[in-house]
Amino acid sequence: MNITVIVINGIAIISLLIAFIKDRKKAMKSLKIAGKSFLKILPMALIIIIFIGLFLGFVSSRDISKFIGDQSGFTGMLLVGAAGAVIYIPSLLAFPLAASLLESGASISAVAAFITTLTMIGAITLPIEIKEMGKEIAFLRNGLSFVIAIIIALIMGAIL
Amino acid sequence: MKKSMLYDWALLCSILIISAILLSIFPDRKRTVIGVSSNFFIEMILILPAVMVMLGLFEVWVPKNIVVKYIGKASGMKGIFLSLILGALPTGPLYIAFPMAAALIRKGAKISNIVIFLSAWACIKIPQEMVELQFLGLHFMLSRLILTVAFVIIMGLLIEMIMKWRHFEKFNL
Repeated sequence: MNITVIVINGIAIISLLIAFIKDRKKAMKSLKIAGKSFLKILPMALIIIIFIGLFLGFVSSRDISKFIGDQSGFTGMLLVGAAGAVIYIPSLLAFPLAASLLESGASISAVAAFITTLTMIGAITLPIEIKEMGKEIAFLRNGLSFVIAIIIALIMGAIL
Repeated sequence: MKKSMLYDWALLCSILIISAILLSIFPDRKRTVIGVSSNFFIEMILILPAVMVMLGLFEVWVPKNIVVKYIGKASGMKGIFLSLILGALPTGPLYIAFPMAAALIRKGAKISNIVIFLSAWACIKIPQEMVELQFLGLHFMLSRLILTVAFVIIMGLLIEMIMKWRHFEKFNL
């Protein structure tokens, strides 16, 4: 059990207690929503967890670091950045995946690029974004997001 | 929603079957695969329920129209700050933010604030940062957070400049 787990669970329990003291009905409703969202994300979470196991069991660290490790440089980062822009994974589940990549030899910049494009750019949600926001803003936001994701990744690689 | 859940469970079953087959062909990989998966499972199960509880509390206690109410008129530093904070609140997937943002544009909110709001919604969500902290550590999470905030603000201002320049008449009435 690490400190993060204790802090986050502590905050959750305290907020829940306050909620119950303030308004029992509303608190119960929150719990119901929490349970539902948990069930909703559970299968995807298990899929990602098994996928990570298979990935680390079958793909050698040598291969991973060859493609997206420190020596892969800029191309490796662009590659995972692009992958992150296209793939759709719930962002909460992207972090364990990113951690597994990092564990097995991916560079910090590659992982940072992956997470940033994954969360900021949505190829799947792009049609909705265009419909609601117009083509210009949608393309500008997604395009510039890719550029800043790469810049953020480069800086992260330099400072960490 | 029911249908996509069914799809997720079906996918889970098939990946279970595939991994069972793979592991029976390569029994020497069994230890790594099961070890890694169970480690990640434990890390996940220790944090996910708490994150969900907080999501639930927010959903019930924070009204959805708070966004439109506060970003609508705000400008300057205060507008940027509010857009970041309101975007970061744990309030569901990105696609429900687009209609809100569109409504804000129609109400005359600043483009920069709307872009900052959308981007914060996409990648600076509070529960997301918690899970990042758990899996990637404090240094990684904090430096990515600070850089993202800085660049999202720059991007918002830049897009506003481009839009103003392209539609001079429309935004300078």
